[in-house]
Amino acid sequence: MTAYRAEELLIAVIADLLAGCRHVAVGMASPIPGSAALLARHRSGGAMRVSILGDPENTFWSDGGKELFDCAAQGRIDAFFLSGAQIDGQANVNLVGIGDYPRSRPRFSGSFGAAYLYHLVPKVILFRPDHSPRVFVPKVDFISAAGTSPPNVYRPGGPAALVTGSARFSFDRARGGFRLESVHPGNDVAAIRRKTGFDFGEPTTIPTTTPPDAETLALIRGPIRQEIARPYPRFATQLTSN
Amino acid sequence: MPRTELIDVENLANRIPDGALLALPADRNGVALAATRALIRRRAQGLRILTVPTSGMQSDLLIGAGCVAEVETSGVSLSEYGPAPRFGAAVSEGTIVIRDATCPAVHAGLQASEKGVPFLPLRGILGTDVLKFRPDWRVIDNPFEAGSDPIVLVAAVQPDIALFHVARADRHGNVFVGRERDLVTMAHASRRTLITAEQIVDVDLMHDPAYAAGTLSSFYVEAVAEAPRGAWPLGLHGCYAEDAEHLTRYASAAATPEGFRRYLDEFVFATRAAAQ
Repeated sequence: MTAYRAEELLIAVIADLLAGCRHVAVGMASPIPGSAALLARHRSGGAMRVSILGDPENTFWSDGGKELFDCAAQGRIDAFFLSGAQIDGQANVNLVGIGDYPRSRPRFSGSFGAAYLYHLVPKVILFRPDHSPRVFVPKVDFISAAGTSPPNVYRPGGPAALVTGSARFSFDRARGGFRLESVHPGNDVAAIRRKTGFDFGEPTTIPTTTPPDAETLALIRGPIRQEIARPYPRFATQLTSN
Repeated sequence: MPRTELIDVENLANRIPDGALLALPADRNGVALAATRALIRRRAQGLRILTVPTSGMQSDLLIGAGCVAEVETSGVSLSEYGPAPRFGAAVSEGTIVIRDATCPAVHAGLQASEKGVPFLPLRGILGTDVLKFRPDWRVIDNPFEAGSDPIVLVAAVQPDIALFHVARADRHGNVFVGRERDLVTMAHASRRTLITAEQIVDVDLMHDPAYAAGTLSSFYVEAVAEAPRGAWPLGLHGCYAEDAEHLTRYASAAATPEGFRRYLDEFVFATRAAAQ
C-alpha cells in the first residue's frame, strides 16, 4: 500500500461524497474541501462544476457576492461545506464564539453565509480535521446555523455528512442525529466516543475507511495540488513536503 | 445631484462625520485603506460599521483605534492571516456593540434600501441565534401559501456613507467596478458615496458600452480622491497582490494592545506620505 498523508485521506473521503453533484461550492478557508471538489470534478470528466471562493478561475459569478446566495436559494448549488468552532449532536454549528453571547470569549469571526446556506444546499458536508470534545459538544453556545428544522420550515438543504480526522458520519435529518459510517485507519470506536461530546448511532460492524489508492494519490499530488495552489499556496506547499 | 468633486484623501476622510453608519466592502473587493488611515488620523469617533458582507484589516484597524461604536457583520477575520484580534477583543470586552448577520441578509438589507422598500424576504436563517438576536428582523407566514410557511424579513439598511476603493474613476466621477457588483449595491443603498481610486482617467467611462455596464454612475458619487496603492496592504484585483509580509506583521502586532498601538504609530500616524 502506498503511504499517504492525513490530508490526502480526507480529500479522498470527501471527494467520494461529492460523486454525482452538478455544482459544488467551496467557502473561505477550506483547502481540503476545495481539493476534494477539484478531485471529484476531475473524476466526473468535466460534468461537475466547482466554485471556490477566493479563486478567480473558479468563480463564475459576475453580479457580486449576492449571486452565489441567490444560486443557492434557486437550487443551483448541490453541495457546500461548513466547519465550526463547535458542532453538536443535532448538527448545529457555532462560528461566533464561546460563552454567553454577545460577549463571547473567545469571539470568532462570525456566521458568514452558514445561517442561510445550511437550509438551502441539499448536501452540506461538515468538516473538522481535529476530532476533539472541545469541538464536538453536547450543545453549541451559539447557533450560527441550525442542523434541523420543524416540518413546516421550507428546507431543501441540510447536513448530509460529518468528516473528521478520525471518522466519517452520516446525519439522519428526520431523526436528528449522527451515525458512524467508517473509522479512519489507526482509530477505534471507543476512542472516538471518548472525544465526541454527543451520542451517535453505529452499525454492528464498523468499516475502516478505505485509504486513497495509487491513482487517487497521483491525481492529488499532480493536477489537484497544482490547481489548489492558486487560492491556497501555503496548503499546496504542505501537500508536497512529504 | 451636484457634480462629483475631485478631492484629496484627507479631505475625503474629513467628510465622514463621527457616528456615521459606514458601509465597507469585503477584503478582496476594494477596501479604501489609505482613506481609513486618514480617518484614524482625524480621530473619528462612534462610527457604526456595516461590513458588506464581511471585513478584515480595515474593521480591525478602526476598532483598535477606538473609532467604532458598533459593527454589523457576517464575519470579521484576517482570513489566511488568522483572526481579527482587535475585533475579537472589543467584542469580548463589550467595548463595541455587535450585530451578527449572515452574508445574504446584509445584501438583502441593502437591496431593500436600493429598491426603497422596507424589507426583503429571505429563505433560511430560521432556528438560528443569529435571528434570535436580531429584533429588527421579523418572521411572517408566507402570505402566498395556504399552509404554514415561515419566512424571514430583513429590514432595509440605508448606510450614511459607502466608502470603497477602485482601480479607475474618470474625472466626471464615474467609477469602474467591473465584476465587483456589491460595490454598486452599496452605493445605490447609501445616502452618500465616497470613493478612492488608483487613477483618475481622462475619458468618460459611460461613453464606452464595454465599460458602462461595469461602471457606477457619478450620479451616486459625491467625491473621488486619487489614492495610488490605496488598498495597500490589501490587494486590488488586476492592479496588485496583497502584501503578505505586511499582513503577517499586522496580525502579530495587533495581537496585543501595545503592539497595535506601535503599529498605528508607525504606519498610520507617523508616515502619512508612506501610508498613501
